Amino acid sequence: MAALRLQNLRKSFGGLPAISDVSLEVAPGERRLIIGPNGAGKTTLFNLVTGDLPRDAGNVVLFEKDVTHLAPHHRVHRGLARTYQIITLFPKDTLEHNIALSLLGLSKLRWNAFRSFDADLYVEARAVLARVGLEHLAKRGIAEVAYGDKRRVEIAMALAQKPRVLLLDEPLAGLSREERATVKQLIAGIPREVTVVMIEHDMDTALDMAERITVLHYGRVIVEGTRAEVVADPKTREVYLGH
Amino acid sequence: MKLLGFLILLAFFPLFAGEFYINLASQIFIFAIFAASINLLLGYGGLATLGHASYLGVAAYTSALLGLKLGLGHWIAAPAALLGTTLMACLFGLIALRATGLGYRWVALTDGDNGLRGLSRPFHLDDAASFYYFALAATAASLWLMARFVGSPFGAALRGTRDQPRRMSALGHNVWLIRWITFVYAGFWGAVSGLLFVYYHKYIHPISLSLTNSAEGLLAVIAGGSGTLGGPVVGAAIVMLLKNYVSAYIERWNTLLGLVFVLIVVFMPEGVVPGVKRLWLRFASRT
Repeated sequence: MAALRLQNLRKSFGGLPAISDVSLEVAPGERRLIIGPNGAGKTTLFNLVTGDLPRDAGNVVLFEKDVTHLAPHHRVHRGLARTYQIITLFPKDTLEHNIALSLLGLSKLRWNAFRSFDADLYVEARAVLARVGLEHLAKRGIAEVAYGDKRRVEIAMALAQKPRVLLLDEPLAGLSREERATVKQLIAGIPREVTVVMIEHDMDTALDMAERITVLHYGRVIVEGTRAEVVADPKTREVYLGH
Repeated sequence: MKLLGFLILLAFFPLFAGEFYINLASQIFIFAIFAASINLLLGYGGLATLGHASYLGVAAYTSALLGLKLGLGHWIAAPAALLGTTLMACLFGLIALRATGLGYRWVALTDGDNGLRGLSRPFHLDDAASFYYFALAATAASLWLMARFVGSPFGAALRGTRDQPRRMSALGHNVWLIRWITFVYAGFWGAVSGLLFVYYHKYIHPISLSLTNSAEGLLAVIAGGSGTLGGPVVGAAIVMLLKNYVSAYIERWNTLLGLVFVLIVVFMPEGVVPGVKRLWLRFASRT
């Protein structure tokens, strides 16, 4: 059984193909890295998986359930969580409130319009922040914390939902060397029951984080395999080095 | 404590104020409910509306027509007007939310430029003071229920959809449904203000459904401070004072309203309530 299966996924923008017949299969618990140069269609692929963008053709299957026709929020309830390449948090709110909104997304409590916002959610939110080493900043506003901390909040929001499949869109982008090490450690510590699919632009920084790697170029899968296989493949060199 | 003190002050207000001011206060209460219901959409949901007066007008007209044409009492006419208007909000919500981002509006639905006269108030609230207490109680209950709404988990989700709708969707929230429920809830409170409006005036005219009326409500929310609980109340007071008091001296009171609005936007772009709070905190930190 695959955790995530994409079947002949296609997406064009005004006649320009962004994703062309992409098929891939990610096993439960696997760490999959999707790499490719700028404009390869990596984020578009994620948006098709989450339903943020409607696909032109193809299917998205999550744990053998076809979710192609489900709205994005329904896919989240099936165990799919994601982070964004461009940090997308609630800047006016505290770190703990950001996490609480994430917890609320899967709770029936979100429909309750007549009771006070539950303090228990903040307790749970602080526990999630503790997992990413940010509990001490729980009451700080998002605008007050460093960029690297915001990246960790992004990941914490996704982890708070106890996902079965986690999509990380360039989680190391814009981080200093120290911050990268911290975030890589955080990703490495994600439990094995969570399948992780990660996009990274820079091949060297992320290769050691994955078991299998998919190389995307102009919206097509050109190479797929283990780290050694992908590095040895001449097509990878052609895409990254131009020869 | 401050709120309790303010309510006590309002409770004693008819004892020392003249009839003109008691009536003016009643109108402020009614308009405050209307503005607060717009604030649910604009301030907490990020949804600008230019059609909200329709709820006020339709509820007022429904109640008036049921009373005048069918001879129904307030006990039947009022709930029927609220139910009918809320159902209308359910339907309009389905249409309006398809156009989110462009703003939404609809044209006035009524004809009959002469309006409807000869209406009565419930519970024989015919003197200014007794209607004042009725309006005060209705306003306090309405604002409390709206405050509960925005302070609830649903309210937190609503604010989330205002700030980051795409992210909220990615967190499992049904953004469309959250907005639609808020649209209907705001429509209900718009209807409540419409009922109070027709009870107060004992008269209803198509102008109550007009774009101008919606715009005045919107102006009250922005001037008072959108996304705050006290903002629409203060904004409603500013608009009603200018409309009723200043218009006795200046014919073009709308120009003055515009000027006041510009001054607020220049000096307190976040609105009077948050603006005064900000200035007070600055002052307190210096002393």
